[in-house]
Amino acid sequence: MFVCHASPLRIYFRWLGNEASKEKVKTGRPTNLNLFSIKWPVTALVSITHRISGILLFLATALLLYLLDLSLASEDGFKQAGELLSTPAAGFVVWLTVAALLYHLIAGCRHLLMDIGIGETWRAARSAAAAVIVLSVIGAILAGFWIW
Amino acid sequence: MVTNATSLGRSGLFDWLIQRVSALVLLAYAVCILGSLLLAPELDYASWRSQFDEPAMQIFSLIALLSLCAHAWVGVWTVTTDYLNEAHLGRGGTAVRLLTQAACALLTLTYLLWGARIIWGG
Repeated sequence: MFVCHASPLRIYFRWLGNEASKEKVKTGRPTNLNLFSIKWPVTALVSITHRISGILLFLATALLLYLLDLSLASEDGFKQAGELLSTPAAGFVVWLTVAALLYHLIAGCRHLLMDIGIGETWRAARSAAAAVIVLSVIGAILAGFWIW
Repeated sequence: MVTNATSLGRSGLFDWLIQRVSALVLLAYAVCILGSLLLAPELDYASWRSQFDEPAMQIFSLIALLSLCAHAWVGVWTVTTDYLNEAHLGRGGTAVRLLTQAACALLTLTYLLWGARIIWGG
């Protein structure tokens, strides 16, 4: 089995443990909070990106609801929404949102599969994490072609 | 059992379940909406409007909206409790977390009521 000694999560928990036990016992274990010197295995990268894309989608929901509201309000509003989407800035934001959505959905499927016992070993989790990245990049490129 | 005053289901196991069930609903809704947009590139107002006027679609949309709000809350709660705490931010950590969570709760509630208006108010 692979053991990842320097995963950010592991360091984070070790550090939390240190913080908690500071009063009682000095563990003497080294702590490292420099994110740039921490190794980022592909699983950690997929995990943090899942969180970032989730926060992004939470904020982008405002834009999506606005577009839905505008486009359903009237014939005029529908046209306005279409014109808004064809501006480069709004187009970019919508592309970013669709890309984040695709990523979040694909990475979420990996979690759901793990929940039912598929891909729980470190090796499988790592391959699946790499697959999440590859599929999302393909999805993001296709979404770009679709929007522009 | 550890409970937390700000978690949605008052237990980690229930939050876990809410997150998974809402994820499945949102997956189905996203596939449905993205699929319909992909299959109809030359979308016009009348067909877009009538799609959302279908009673089945209104119910599906509302369930998806509820799922989105619950899913977002569990996610925001997880991220804020992980990073906005006293271990990371020092003494003010709890205040920062509660204020951020309050702002996110307000936004989530706004999405819920605004979305419900769009879906049913038309």
